[in-house]
Amino acid sequence: MLRFITRRLLWAIPTLLILTFVVYCALRLSTDPLASYARSNPRLARNPEKRAQYIELNGLWPGFSGYVRGYFQWLGGFLTGDWQPSIKGSRPVWPNLKDALINTIRLGAVASIFGITIGLALGVFAGLRPGKLRDSAVNTGALIGFSIQPFISAVLLQLLFAVQWAKWFGKPLLPTSGMYPAGHQGFDLFLMLKFMILPVIVVSIQTIAAYSRYMRASLLDVMSSDYLRTARAKGISERQVLVKHALRNAMVPIVTIAALDMGFIVGGLIISEGIFEYPGMGKFFLTAEANGDFPELMPWMVIITASVILFNLLADLAYAWLDPRIRLD
Amino acid sequence: MTDLISSSPSGGSGAAPTDAAIGVLKETISPKQMAFKRYMNHRAAVVSAVALAIIVLFVVLSPITARYGVNESIFKAEAGRPNQNLPPSSQAWFGTDANGRDLYSRLIYGTRVSLLLGLFTGVISVTVGALVGAIAGLKGGWIDDLLMRATDIMLALPLLVVLVIVRGALRNVSWVETIMGESTSVRFLVVLLSLIGWMGVARLIRGQVKQLKEREFIEAARALGASTPRIMFRHLLPNSIGQLMVALSFAIIGAITAEATLSFFGYGPDAGSGMTSMGLLIRDSKSAVPAGYWWLVVYPGVLLILVSLCINFIGDGMRDAVDPKMQVDA
Amino acid sequence: MSEIALSIKDLRVTFKTLLGQVQAVRGVSLDVLPGEVVGVVGESGSGKSVSFLAVMGLLPKSAQITGSARVNDIELVGAPHKVLRKARGGEVAMIFQDPLSALNPVHRVGAQIVEMLQAHQSISKDEAKTRAIELLDIVGIPQPKDRARQYAHEFSGGMRQRVMIAMAIANDPKVLIADEPTTALDVTVQAQILEVMERVRRDLGTAVVLITHDLGVVARIADRVQVMYAGRAVERGEVLPLFEHPSHPYTQGLLNSLPHGGKHRLQPIPGAPPNMLQPPSGCAFRARCTFAIERCAEAIPELVKVGVHETACIRAEDLELNP
Repeated sequence: MLRFITRRLLWAIPTLLILTFVVYCALRLSTDPLASYARSNPRLARNPEKRAQYIELNGLWPGFSGYVRGYFQWLGGFLTGDWQPSIKGSRPVWPNLKDALINTIRLGAVASIFGITIGLALGVFAGLRPGKLRDSAVNTGALIGFSIQPFISAVLLQLLFAVQWAKWFGKPLLPTSGMYPAGHQGFDLFLMLKFMILPVIVVSIQTIAAYSRYMRASLLDVMSSDYLRTARAKGISERQVLVKHALRNAMVPIVTIAALDMGFIVGGLIISEGIFEYPGMGKFFLTAEANGDFPELMPWMVIITASVILFNLLADLAYAWLDPRIRLD
Repeated sequence: MTDLISSSPSGGSGAAPTDAAIGVLKETISPKQMAFKRYMNHRAAVVSAVALAIIVLFVVLSPITARYGVNESIFKAEAGRPNQNLPPSSQAWFGTDANGRDLYSRLIYGTRVSLLLGLFTGVISVTVGALVGAIAGLKGGWIDDLLMRATDIMLALPLLVVLVIVRGALRNVSWVETIMGESTSVRFLVVLLSLIGWMGVARLIRGQVKQLKEREFIEAARALGASTPRIMFRHLLPNSIGQLMVALSFAIIGAITAEATLSFFGYGPDAGSGMTSMGLLIRDSKSAVPAGYWWLVVYPGVLLILVSLCINFIGDGMRDAVDPKMQVDA
Repeated sequence: MSEIALSIKDLRVTFKTLLGQVQAVRGVSLDVLPGEVVGVVGESGSGKSVSFLAVMGLLPKSAQITGSARVNDIELVGAPHKVLRKARGGEVAMIFQDPLSALNPVHRVGAQIVEMLQAHQSISKDEAKTRAIELLDIVGIPQPKDRARQYAHEFSGGMRQRVMIAMAIANDPKVLIADEPTTALDVTVQAQILEVMERVRRDLGTAVVLITHDLGVVARIADRVQVMYAGRAVERGEVLPLFEHPSHPYTQGLLNSLPHGGKHRLQPIPGAPPNMLQPPSGCAFRARCTFAIERCAEAIPELVKVGVHETACIRAEDLELNP
């Protein structure tokens, strides 16, 4: 097991390097840091000396070899903690990025726990009586859920719970933006959760839809298996058959999928965060992209890709732990 | 000792035994017919197909069904006759927007744009994806590895991020816009979405081909000397038609959704001539929320949900028709 | 109190499908005595497995089962769930064809036997564990203590089937139903498994129903054999006499289609089994039977005693069949 982990980690390094290089090239091409810098600091950019200085400092040489050189310069800086500051007023990137990361993890965790639990429960509910009404109902519900994209539901819910509610009842029921009321300081669990309600609902619709289908499919697979027939032939209680045999086996692929999903959370809430003005990784990306802020975007991308790779590894580990047929070396 | 051959197998009368007598089914049903039958069993899928057909008809007949032009204000702004942001009325069934344009008509035009965009993107994605996926699945080796690695990376990143970055990168390369059209055109968007969209289809078809490859009829075809292209087009792809249709439906809805998402955040098409799409309409509705102009938000949003729903159901119905997962009890 | 271990009377099973009603089992009866091995032989689709799955109550809900199946005087057809549960694994146990897929891959083998024990006997976990190891030993698994902690995929095919047998006899059932237990195994391993089953029958006095399409297996350990075709029994009797002098054309056909050490050409039975959506009238075999006459189409023949066998051919007395 240890050999497996070390081997995977070692493989992760070149993967990360190649990935970040590709990302670097794509981002540079896409955001054109020099032009963005010129837009944000027109006076400085017009000065050829300052311009050349900026290019040297930030490794923005043109041409393919320039990209390679620039990449390694960036890499060096990144690894030593010497990060280029944002083009907006040269403020350091990490503090904002760190806060954004924490906020997204909070929102993602709450939405995931809520969504996955309900989704799995519905999936089991449906899978136990395939072909019957409850199965069609859950399946239809899931498809409806898939059809309700986050940005549509977000806008509709905002309209309903805030604006219309205010029209009918005087003041809005649920807040529609931010993490705390404006000007709030410090940590307040209740307030935070209140502000999270709408984003969590919006995100959960998709999660519930997805996981109810996963669980239903996995459960159906297991229910038609030979070992389940053997379990019944043993005369054990139906509850035991369900829990110890059916669910236990059905959960294996689900856990793997969930682990993989966790890796995508940090970058997966962009839309919801954008609409609800939630100060997380998604909002960070949108703002940085709009500004063409390369120094902010690169570390962001690194975190995203690292998260995906890390959770890929965790998913494999979880799968091996749950299913003894998988040998890890 | 009885004569062992005294009675003929047919019962001694000389007539051939009837099918019913020996228990052979009179009619055979082809797999296609079975699939169709299964699809019709799926009520939601049938209803959706009809609903979608109605919507498409409405949209195609826009010269008749729309009441105003896409950029046409309802009535000239006169003193005392304001036309902005009016709630639904007999003149404007779905109300008007900030420029006094009829939402109902704009919704028809917008849906037309979105549906066409989805259709084109879907067809291109599936065609390219199916070819690449089939080749990778059949040949294996480094082509296969390369495909999997490359798509792994692309699919690991959030879709919006990939779209936005690729879009930005393409815009900054000079010759791209001459091929793909201006970055604010629908053509550009179709190409962009297809560039990303084919990968999911390719992986799907690759998996399918890998499975089919192991089946004996492919081995038999090879043994009879069939060349690779022949195997691909005569054997593999026809057997994957079902999966391809399902992939197509999901590619279409994926494209429509992606367009809407991009438009929502300002990365969508906007020729500025008043042309609109479903995504653009929803984007425009963002500013209508605080003011409470609910019609601007609800109608486009609900219609998008309905269209997505129909296509999703149709895709689901097709998938069940082609690949039933469980015993169906009549 | 009857001495019969398993008594099946006029068992019928019908499945509802998209294409119509499939009559898989059309009136099967069988009595099995304690300590007896009865082979049930037939082609795929003859209804041999379905009959006994119906007895165990392991068919899907879409199956309609009528008739009677009594184990130890407990009626199983249409029995309430509680009764069925107690009987399964307790009075009547079943083992299946592919032990790799029949054993739960994520549970240890010993634990699965313990589960079987604790479901029917009130013993502690520790007692059950000890007993499980004993059972593994009885079926001939070396180092049972260590192997009990292993998973199904760590055993070879033959060893896995022994584990299944150990699990099946854990509660000393009156009847052991084995559905194609040797089909998935090598010939040499087949012999070992049959030997284990023979020991079980001898030492525990269990009645054994051995479902198979392999006549050689039947010849090896069965006392009596029942030949099935198109959902009905067509012939029944003691093994050796029946094989030497079959009295039903189908049985003769089966015996003829066995390879005879390279001496004769293979003689398959012409035609194919009937479609059970619309079973033929009268005798189901008549379309493929060289001796069929008009009367064969009139009524479904019942099993009648002819000499030492029971047979369902109306011409049995007239024909002299030589395998």
